[in-house]
Amino acid sequence: MYYYLKNLTPTQQIGALFVIVFGLLLLASVVAFLLSVRDRSDDPNAELWQKELRSVDAIIRTSWLMVFVFWVGWAAGDWVALTLFGFVSFFALREFLTLSPTRLGDHRSLVLAFFVVLPVQYWLIGSGHFDLFAVFIPVYVFLALPLASALANDPLRFLERNAKLQWGIMVCIYGMSHVPALLLLKFPGYDNRNAFMVFFLVLVVQVCMVTQHIASRRLKRPPVAPAISQSFNWRSWSLGIAVGSLLGALLAGITPWVPGTAFAAAFIACVAGSLGHFVMKALKRDRGIPSWGAEGRSVTGAGGLLDRVDALCFAAPVFFHSARWYFNL
Amino acid sequence: MLAKIMSLFLLGLIRVLTGSQARWHGCPPKAEQRIYFANHQSHADLVMIWAALPKELRNVTRAIAAKDYWTKTPFRQWLTTAVFNVIYVSRDRSTDEDPLEPLFEALEHGDSIILFPEGTRGFTGEPQPFKAGLYNLALKYPNVVLVPAWINNVQHVLPKGEVVPVPVLCSVTFGTPMQLGAGEERRAFLERARAAVVALRDV
Repeated sequence: MYYYLKNLTPTQQIGALFVIVFGLLLLASVVAFLLSVRDRSDDPNAELWQKELRSVDAIIRTSWLMVFVFWVGWAAGDWVALTLFGFVSFFALREFLTLSPTRLGDHRSLVLAFFVVLPVQYWLIGSGHFDLFAVFIPVYVFLALPLASALANDPLRFLERNAKLQWGIMVCIYGMSHVPALLLLKFPGYDNRNAFMVFFLVLVVQVCMVTQHIASRRLKRPPVAPAISQSFNWRSWSLGIAVGSLLGALLAGITPWVPGTAFAAAFIACVAGSLGHFVMKALKRDRGIPSWGAEGRSVTGAGGLLDRVDALCFAAPVFFHSARWYFNL
Repeated sequence: MLAKIMSLFLLGLIRVLTGSQARWHGCPPKAEQRIYFANHQSHADLVMIWAALPKELRNVTRAIAAKDYWTKTPFRQWLTTAVFNVIYVSRDRSTDEDPLEPLFEALEHGDSIILFPEGTRGFTGEPQPFKAGLYNLALKYPNVVLVPAWINNVQHVLPKGEVVPVPVLCSVTFGTPMQLGAGEERRAFLERARAAVVALRDV
């Protein structure tokens, strides 16, 4: 089986990967469906069970969407993939800024953020300007946006408003854009299999997050920072990191690395992702909301996209630069 | 044809920019004759509430627009007649005819209407006092259901004087229908209606 896969062309390998992943997802969906139709009316924990099942269901649905996006991106070429990730950035930033109220004076900077910074960042990636795309937001946009806000002549809570906008851009545009940027790195001896790198990153981070989520439910350890997160504790966090990194080592075959290096890369991505998710939780507490989406009941109509992708937004830049640094690209 | 394309374009645009979420809090969307009245902070309000209605209701629900502003250029006129099919109301009282006359016509005809009783766009978070039009309509057509609505966040999409809209998630919350009480005074009714709209802000 392994040698059969090894002898396929890169395109066939990626195709086979998608077949496997879609198969697994289908299996998970069927199992979740069968569990949901099972009669549990006499069980005292029925309510809790329902809740658990719903959260699993949400994760499965997100995974479907993510895999579908990757598949479309892979099948249709780099520019389509970039556009798709650009839209994810757009919707995530829309969610972020809706819950961080801005004043009318910020209008011009918001227009800049959505319609200039976002497209330019993705265009820089698409056209291979790697040095510029890494500094474009932290250096140039960092000055340009506060300038636009200052010209609007409104000093009220100026620092706070601009900090929020900068944060939103760093997380939703800068962080997110590093995921498709992996598609364009030229790894030595890794012809055209970059889609695997994106897949590797997303899968490893996602598995780490799910493991951590389940572990914190089961272990019931005292939380590290209860005012920020009721579930975050070091034990389940390390468990999530361990599982994610081990999975990374197992997947070394699809990366340009040997298992040891793949383990290290996955470890870095998982640490950055899970801690980033924790930081975003602090941000949500600051706004007084449990999640960006609040189960679809919020006044804003936010769908909770940011809840799902925030770990990735923090993991991607760190992972990208580690990989680049390792290969001296 | 062009109007159809334009309406699809605007619907798509408003969805990408705002998510255009409708929250039917106090009543379901229903094909009965209604007067929706809402707070008014931006031009996008009209498109927003129009997009929040189901497609079937959109065709029989007409918004009110100020005649002087919306007929000033041919494009504005085309947009409001062909795409939105609005009812024009003149704001100046030079003519003898009742300014509500076009509304009576539309209600006789069986259409539902969207009304912004503040009369003009407000800039603060609080809606301005309501004008008497809502009361007069409620008095004359007691069978028409009055539905309060709160449009959230739209002022951030397109503040007055700006041209390029920014994406912010918005929602329209529809509240419990209300009625004019027997012998209820004009001022009391308008204040109650305004309170009903404001109350939807926090649900």
